[in-house]
Amino acid sequence: MSAARILGAVSTVGGPAQAGGPMAQAGGPLAADRDPADPVIPAISTNGLTKRFRSGQLAVDSIDLNVPQGTVYGFLGPNGSGKTTTIRMLLGLIFPTSGSQALLGAPMPATAASVLPKVGSLVEGPAFFPFLSGWANLARIDAADRTADPSTAAARIDRALERVGLLAAAKKRYRLYSLGMKQRLAIAAALLQPRELILLDEPTNGLDPQGTREVRGLIREIAADGVTVFVSSHLLAEVDQICSHVGVMRTGRLVFQGTLQELREQGPQAAQRIQVETAEAERAAELLTKLGLTDVQVVGRQLTAQLGDQTPERVCADLVHAGIPVSGLSSPRPSLEDLFVELTGEGFDVSG
Amino acid sequence: MSAADVVVAGTAGTVGAAGTSQLAGDGPEGRVPAAGRAWLRYARSELGLVFRRRRNLALLAVVAVVPVIIGVALRLAGSPRGGGGGGPAFFAQVTGNGLFLSFAALTVLLTLVLPLVVSVVSGDSIAGEAGYGTLRYVLTVPAGRTRLLLTKYLVVIVFALCACAVVTVSAVIAGLALFPVGPMTLLSGTTVSIADGMLRLVFVALYVAAAMASLGAIGLAISTLTEHAIGAIAATAIIAVASEVIDNVPQFGAVHAYLPTHWWTSFDSLLRTPIASADLLHGLLSFAVYAVIFCGVAWARFTGGDVTC
Repeated sequence: MSAARILGAVSTVGGPAQAGGPMAQAGGPLAADRDPADPVIPAISTNGLTKRFRSGQLAVDSIDLNVPQGTVYGFLGPNGSGKTTTIRMLLGLIFPTSGSQALLGAPMPATAASVLPKVGSLVEGPAFFPFLSGWANLARIDAADRTADPSTAAARIDRALERVGLLAAAKKRYRLYSLGMKQRLAIAAALLQPRELILLDEPTNGLDPQGTREVRGLIREIAADGVTVFVSSHLLAEVDQICSHVGVMRTGRLVFQGTLQELREQGPQAAQRIQVETAEAERAAELLTKLGLTDVQVVGRQLTAQLGDQTPERVCADLVHAGIPVSGLSSPRPSLEDLFVELTGEGFDVSG
Repeated sequence: MSAADVVVAGTAGTVGAAGTSQLAGDGPEGRVPAAGRAWLRYARSELGLVFRRRRNLALLAVVAVVPVIIGVALRLAGSPRGGGGGGPAFFAQVTGNGLFLSFAALTVLLTLVLPLVVSVVSGDSIAGEAGYGTLRYVLTVPAGRTRLLLTKYLVVIVFALCACAVVTVSAVIAGLALFPVGPMTLLSGTTVSIADGMLRLVFVALYVAAAMASLGAIGLAISTLTEHAIGAIAATAIIAVASEVIDNVPQFGAVHAYLPTHWWTSFDSLLRTPIASADLLHGLLSFAVYAVIFCGVAWARFTGGDVTC
């Protein structure tokens, strides 16, 4: 593995994995520095959580989530893989067909009244009254909260708006907000009270690169305060840059759960590829096929293949022994996207 | 040093309550309010939401204008004694005594406009929030499903009461301005003082508001079934109108007493001496039964169902 990494570093083709690497590591120490109140109690845990809709569709199929406190947990999966349904069940909006779920150690939805005030959430995009201002919309949400102190409401609303950079547009009608502003208002709603856990469902959906970066920065800020952040997304770059842990959904099942590091090390190995640059690409391709490598593709002097059980060292030695001139060889670590596609299936094979 | 502290604390106190509570060490979230106080704040916020909406204010404006139009029309048409004295109940008495304009207006509005107004507010109550998607945000606060439903129904009742009050007050003012006002000759033939007449008018308005609140419960129940507010509003209005139509078909006589609208106009019992309390009590019982049944339906549906909006 280490040899592969050295080779990877030599590679001229960077790949998204390397671009994301340092950022992902930056998220690591943050998580380690934290001193959660009780690390034994997970922020989110589910046990065989299942949802079958009345139509018969199995949206979530017996998933066991375990989100440690103080982490930024990326909840990945293609559209329609059951992420939002899971989040809705976690928050008590819809009831599971079977299984159970707990937030901060408290079973949901039985203890919703006491635990949900500690949980901020953004579910399936922003939703507010278009005829009210952003400020009035937040005031209205705060008024519904049994635990909110009315005497601090104005100050808390102002501060939440300030954190998301909307204070200047506070009195503007929601109808006039841009999509990015709407999204930020929804995040502000999750920040009205001090939270221990924040669930964000596709927080950067529909945002421009600028807005995406702002939201990413905001999530880092929230996490730096020791708040557990559970963020669902299908944007891998986003997850790669801010998450310490990931859970991957595929057609209602949780196909991977662990740290980002574990996903890279223990995730599907088949995704690891080798790239060879040689003047005799055809001969090299024959050799690689003989060595058991699959999906051998030749483009000019470039040759790529799935490494499978082989190691880059062995392939390199064999190529040289066979007298094939190798001008470049690399085995970049699989990008998160490679791993993701490997786990969730290529293309649109999402259950309907 | 301590003197400086006192000065600082004093200034903070004048700056505002939020500042002081943070200085007092309650943390930014402040104190958790008592359940009753928190609910009052929530109810006030919901009332503000309904009463600040331009659509709802327009509805109140409509019910305020109708009595004036009726009054002006009756004034222009002149004395009904010359013209035959037909038309809806109380119309014949209006020109003789302006106070009757209130009863006439309530009777006219009760057939369509008031039910429509209540249908709009009650049908929109849950379905509107579901349609905008705000329901999921309020529920994850968490507002509490039963608490939310009760608050919504309270707002419907307050709005119904308000609509009836607007009609009554508008009609009294128009009646005073357009017609002579004096001691009232009741339907039973006896004459009562203006004060007595006004008191009876207040009870009539409250009775009509109770009728509208029972329709509001039906609207609330329908509102929990859909996320299309317009559908819930239309369905509620259609139920009211259909019930009134059936109530006017003699062949359906067997079910008349059980229709939601059957007892709506029984308020004329209040304009007799002695007051025909049997009819009134029947009416109030009918409203209560409808309110309880449909609030129950709304509760069962809303607390047991998935919120997927």
